[in-house]
Amino acid sequence: MSSAASPVLIEVEKVYKRFPLPEGKGEFTVLSQIDLQVRAGEVLALLGRSGSGKSTLLRIMAGLIPPSEGRVLSNGRPLRGPNPDVAMVFQSFALLPWLTVQENVELGLKAQGIPREIRRQKALKAIDLVGLDGFENAYPKELSGGMKQRVGFARAFVLEPKLLFMDEPFSALDVLTAENLRGEIDELWNTQAFPSQSILIVTHNIEEAVFLADRVVILGSKPGRIRGEVKIDLPRPHERTDPRFKSLVDYIYEIMTNPEIPVTSEVAAPSPVSPRAPSPYALPLPHARVGGISGLLELIVEWPQGRVEIAELAERLQLAVDDLLPILDAAVLLGFAEVSGRVVQLTEIGQDFANTTILRSKDLFRQQLLARVPVFKSILQTLEEKNSRSMRADFFLDLWDEHFPPDEAERQFATAIDWGRYAELFEYDASEDRLYLPEPSESPPAQ
Amino acid sequence: MRTFPSPEVLRRQLPAGAADGAIILGTLVLLAGVAHVGAGAFEQFQPPAVVPRIDLDPRNLPYYALRSTLRMFIALAFSTLFTLVYGYVAAKSRWAERILIPLLDILQSVPVLGFLSITVTGFIALFPGSLLGLEAASIFAIFTSQVWNMTFSFYQSLRTLPQELVEAATLYRLSGWQRFTQLEVPAAMVGLVWNAMMSFGGGWFFVAASEAISVLNQEYTLPGLGSYVEAAIQAEDLPKLGWALLTMVVVILLVDQLFWRPLVAWSDRFRLEQSAGAATPESWLYDLLTTARIPRLIGRRLAPLAERVDQLLAYLTRPRWVDPPNPEAERRRERLLTQLSWLTIGGLGAWIVYFVATTVGLGEVMLAFGLGILTLLRVSGLLVLATVIWTPIGVAIGFNPGLAKLLQPLVQFLAAFPANFLFPFATLFFIRAQISLDWGSILLMSLGAQWYILFNSIAGAQSIPTDLREMAMNLGLKGWKLWQKLIIPGIFSAWVTGGITASGGAWNASIVSEVVTWGSTTLKATGLGAYIAEATAAGDWPRITLGIGMMSLFVVGINRFFWRRLYQLAEEKYHL
Repeated sequence: MSSAASPVLIEVEKVYKRFPLPEGKGEFTVLSQIDLQVRAGEVLALLGRSGSGKSTLLRIMAGLIPPSEGRVLSNGRPLRGPNPDVAMVFQSFALLPWLTVQENVELGLKAQGIPREIRRQKALKAIDLVGLDGFENAYPKELSGGMKQRVGFARAFVLEPKLLFMDEPFSALDVLTAENLRGEIDELWNTQAFPSQSILIVTHNIEEAVFLADRVVILGSKPGRIRGEVKIDLPRPHERTDPRFKSLVDYIYEIMTNPEIPVTSEVAAPSPVSPRAPSPYALPLPHARVGGISGLLELIVEWPQGRVEIAELAERLQLAVDDLLPILDAAVLLGFAEVSGRVVQLTEIGQDFANTTILRSKDLFRQQLLARVPVFKSILQTLEEKNSRSMRADFFLDLWDEHFPPDEAERQFATAIDWGRYAELFEYDASEDRLYLPEPSESPPAQ
Repeated sequence: MRTFPSPEVLRRQLPAGAADGAIILGTLVLLAGVAHVGAGAFEQFQPPAVVPRIDLDPRNLPYYALRSTLRMFIALAFSTLFTLVYGYVAAKSRWAERILIPLLDILQSVPVLGFLSITVTGFIALFPGSLLGLEAASIFAIFTSQVWNMTFSFYQSLRTLPQELVEAATLYRLSGWQRFTQLEVPAAMVGLVWNAMMSFGGGWFFVAASEAISVLNQEYTLPGLGSYVEAAIQAEDLPKLGWALLTMVVVILLVDQLFWRPLVAWSDRFRLEQSAGAATPESWLYDLLTTARIPRLIGRRLAPLAERVDQLLAYLTRPRWVDPPNPEAERRRERLLTQLSWLTIGGLGAWIVYFVATTVGLGEVMLAFGLGILTLLRVSGLLVLATVIWTPIGVAIGFNPGLAKLLQPLVQFLAAFPANFLFPFATLFFIRAQISLDWGSILLMSLGAQWYILFNSIAGAQSIPTDLREMAMNLGLKGWKLWQKLIIPGIFSAWVTGGITASGGAWNASIVSEVVTWGSTTLKATGLGAYIAEATAAGDWPRITLGIGMMSLFVVGINRFFWRRLYQLAEEKYHL
């Protein structure tokens, strides 16, 4: 439906977003050099893993937060303040629990100063459109999750915005409800009855992106940047049974699991290579628990030769990419698995790890950790240099703080603790907030 | 939330006509009562010749009770207004916040009763020749006992609004007024009502204490329940005291049934959790009001007008986009603020040195400090005693849901009951048994404070998940081991909350607990509370100032160095 001739509704020009690190330790870049256009008549999906800044980008385009650099043009004019052309559907609905369905839907109209009677009629129409008639006087807490999100859609529809923004609108719903609502929204769009000219949806669900969007823009992580885009050249509605649908999904899976490979599509944007800092604390650890990593390996080892397609694995596990990919990344980082194309393959060590006893697997884990993740060597060195063979946790947190915003630094720390504890490299006392080297003992601890 | 009346309501329901009749009647009675009682505030008052006298005939008790209650509600209205303004400003402006919140922290630690002397003289000068001055001083005392809790609660709610709701409000361009009425106040409502109810209960203590006081060698009496009790004490009349006690019980129950229950039931709709709550609070009066047609009819008639006003206010508070602040200017303001606060601290310090040097002298300061230590020992002893006695009982009640449901309203009632109504009975007991008030005052203070420990122990025990208790039973944990491993960690947060409240209450109560009278007999304890009470009675300004300052210092210091740390520990380690 979209073409180069359609008017541009919103344009993002060289936008950067940085958040200051505490105590003047510089800045953390969340979004880097974003250029993006949304045209009338298209459905655009922003697809990325957590930490890719996709929700931040959405909020910058909605005018909820200002960019640090660059600008957003709405209707050709630079955006200052909340974007009047945009209505948004939120992940956790954002309904006011003390207002009825109708009052919630009328809220935006009321803010515009539209008289009561007109407000009522418009709201009733929007409520009808999302299939909630009869529930006008219900309160949100009487509704199921799917119905609540329908109210969220009605509240956006009633404003007849040029652009409808959706921030992971189906991710708080159970699988069946999400599927149902997604289908209805798509149907509404396809029948031209849709109250807005364009849709911009943020998601981490690859199938959802391919199903809904005409164009999928793929964001890379750390810092968030546009890696490129994939055109979904399927007739609407996008049928899941179409072999082309599956190959598109597989292709995007491949891109998402291999951060290095370029996105080859008609409009591939250059992805700037981020310079790697020499500090071992700058290398981000994927947030996966040891239990998750070994669970995944034990699953993959069941497949012949320990090889499986990632899409198949995700389906089998009923896991969203956001949950699966960090675990996969961790397995690759530790040298337990390799990803080539859209296939994951266990290494020899990985197979050994998946099949062996707990004590031996701890040894393997420790060996891989020290060989492949420099930060653990650095922590051990620090602890060994101390006479007390211990160190305040703050010391290490500060080192992460140099490279990450505080929340992320804490998560990095937590992941490192989880891995290091499992490998018995060091111990952590939460009440004293200190790291210790374990007591040297010849034999492994009893029991 | 009930959109359709639940079956029980339908069964109990009065016909709409009868409900309307009841409401009309109730409104008329209320109006008549307020008019009759309110007129009393303008009574002649020209001390020392013309002072209102208290008639000890028990038939006057309803009138006195109404006078006291009216004061409570006026104070509540002012508290609410203050809360909305102060909390809003503190939450909206980063700069105001940095001044207003520490200030609030100090204000809530200052012993309100110590201030009565200052406020009474001020307000009497403001309204010469009428009782209004005393009336205002009393209301102000109640106000200062209620307001800080409410303000903190409102401020906290504003700061913790769900992010997505705020974004929705911004994107849909709600005006300042619409934000306030549709998002901010409703989101804060549940906490606000709860805190108002608790503070209101605490306020009865201050009504009783502020209606009859002697300031600057003058006896001031304001018609009300508190002054009735005072007069009965002077007359050594036990039966009259009994009547006053009974009246107080009835008043607390009535206010609970006619005001707080309906309010709590109504405010339940403002709960932020989106799922249906298990137990919705109920109130027969609220059901009556929602059944009747009159309130709805009036509402519908007023709707167009309300809409007009709403649109006007919305227009006046249109959202304006403020550009992000320039970091350089920001830093400059930061520096200025730091300099200003140091200047203030320096100025205050200099004034304190000057004050001590020119008036009371260092020796007096040391004396006040020593007395403060004595009172501190009393407060600590009270906390230990109340904990040892009431925590096991509270836990036993909390672990038994049936018992808890039965007893919790009773404990809440006991916490609201003004302990100073019981003081005369205790005083009489001390005189008969020849107990020194040095020890007895601990009991007096605990009459009010201990219930917070009990109340929170019950709540804490209830919050321990059943599966944890089953686990403990399964492992065979018993006796001290069970307390050590499960109960103490489980109720710790709640106990700290109770402890803070009890400690604050006890310090305040020390001013009226360390000097008590029965007729012509006066008992006195050695302590900071007695020091303040005596300085107030004698009108000795430097000593009043020193006493209040010292007590504030004690309370703030203990909050900072003891309770704050325990609270942090509770948050970090024992959070369930």
